[in-house]
Amino acid sequence: MRHFEERLDELRKRLLEMSGLVESAIYRSVHALVEKDENLAHQVLENESRVNQMEIEIDDMAVRLLALEQPVATDLRFITSAIKINNDLERMGDLAVSIAERALNLMHEAPVNALVDIPYMANLVESMVRKSLDAFVKKDSDLARSVLISDDAVDDLRNGIYNEMVRFMEENPQRIPPALNLIFVARSLERIADHATNIAEDVLFLVEGIDVRHHAETRT
Amino acid sequence: MGAVTNLSSMRSEANRGEQITGRLLRSFEPKFRVSHLNFYYGAVQALHDISLAIPQNQITALIGPSGCGKSTFLRTLNRMSETIRHTRVEGEILLGDEDIFSMDLVTLRRRVGMVFQKPNPFPKTIFDNVAYGLRVNGGYRGAALADAVEASLRRAALWDEVKDQLGKSALALSGGQQQRLCIARALAVNPEVLLLDEPCSALDPIATAKIEDLMFTLKEYCTILIVTHSMQQAARVSTHTGFFLLGKLIEFNETDILFKKPLRKETEDYITGRFG
Repeated sequence: MRHFEERLDELRKRLLEMSGLVESAIYRSVHALVEKDENLAHQVLENESRVNQMEIEIDDMAVRLLALEQPVATDLRFITSAIKINNDLERMGDLAVSIAERALNLMHEAPVNALVDIPYMANLVESMVRKSLDAFVKKDSDLARSVLISDDAVDDLRNGIYNEMVRFMEENPQRIPPALNLIFVARSLERIADHATNIAEDVLFLVEGIDVRHHAETRT
Repeated sequence: MGAVTNLSSMRSEANRGEQITGRLLRSFEPKFRVSHLNFYYGAVQALHDISLAIPQNQITALIGPSGCGKSTFLRTLNRMSETIRHTRVEGEILLGDEDIFSMDLVTLRRRVGMVFQKPNPFPKTIFDNVAYGLRVNGGYRGAALADAVEASLRRAALWDEVKDQLGKSALALSGGQQQRLCIARALAVNPEVLLLDEPCSALDPIATAKIEDLMFTLKEYCTILIVTHSMQQAARVSTHTGFFLLGKLIEFNETDILFKKPLRKETEDYITGRFG
């Protein structure tokens, strides 16, 4: 393997390592909330600095490759996608931390009805994250497109939870603190889905060389 | 749409300078239209059925590994390849609407100038190098000649460096200056096309940058074709790029598409260094 290809491979491996960390942070934060598992929430908080450190390392590797190798075509698309995916992963990690913090706030609160939809929404979001990263690993544009389709469903779920929480708070002002926490969780999950969508769009650029962001080119 | 399988039909559409939908070539005014060009060195066929159109007032880069035919192709455009014995050419090349093979050679080479890899100034003064074509071709004398020499040296971005030493030998200039002098000499007769055959491969990065900057200003006056071994140079300077391999034109595309997402796997393999 050429030296350059070895460097590209290292970049790919580091990015996969980072995506593994972030995927597990999302999983743990959601389960900390749903199962009231304090230990899982703390693990998410502890791992945050590793994710941040990796973001810097990956950016550094990518910029170095751009500067020294002047890549073109598939290599150029891979490296620019890697930089963007890296940034999305770091933001997803932050949002997992935010969910873990809300989980700790809610640890000793009575369960709220809306939790029924939060695990459902979390499942959908986790599957979008997993698919977007699988699509990246396998360079699978069909899988990436399936992520884009799910985004609207997540938005609908978030809106449903908002409305439910508003009613819930109107009925009983005592419930405002837990309801607010759940609104923040729903918002974090929805944003994680947005980042998964970004990654899927980057995969389409990587594989097909097309830009589907903001419907610049058709998504289907 | 079968982007790759339809390439030849898309290419022939491109040759007519027509609009092609989607991510393919946008329409352009063609300067050269080449159809079914074959070229032979004796029994060896160096170019196979090349058809393409070269956009006017743009910079077209020709890339490909050594021996792929890109220089041979460039040299057929002003019939320089005919200077080599036992060569044979088939097909059609139109400059504007005129068949170059039925044109007067002197006229063709005045309209289609050429600059070579190694700077080749005449062993004369700087002034006389540029004045040469003007005297022979244009009948310029006296002040008109001096003005035309200055204009060409300015266009070639060399005037400020040599204006006080026009009587000095051209051979005393640096390599980069000599190459710009050769460009000034070519420009003096107002060519419509400038063919550059690896014009920077003997130059350092600073001299290279000057020539590249110069190309951007020159495309206002003429159509430029450049053969280069440096893919970075092709990417930096050109609007369109043709990729040659084993005497065939594999892909002709807008440069940014060719370097971001080429249509053909052979192009991808070559430009990413996974060739062979």
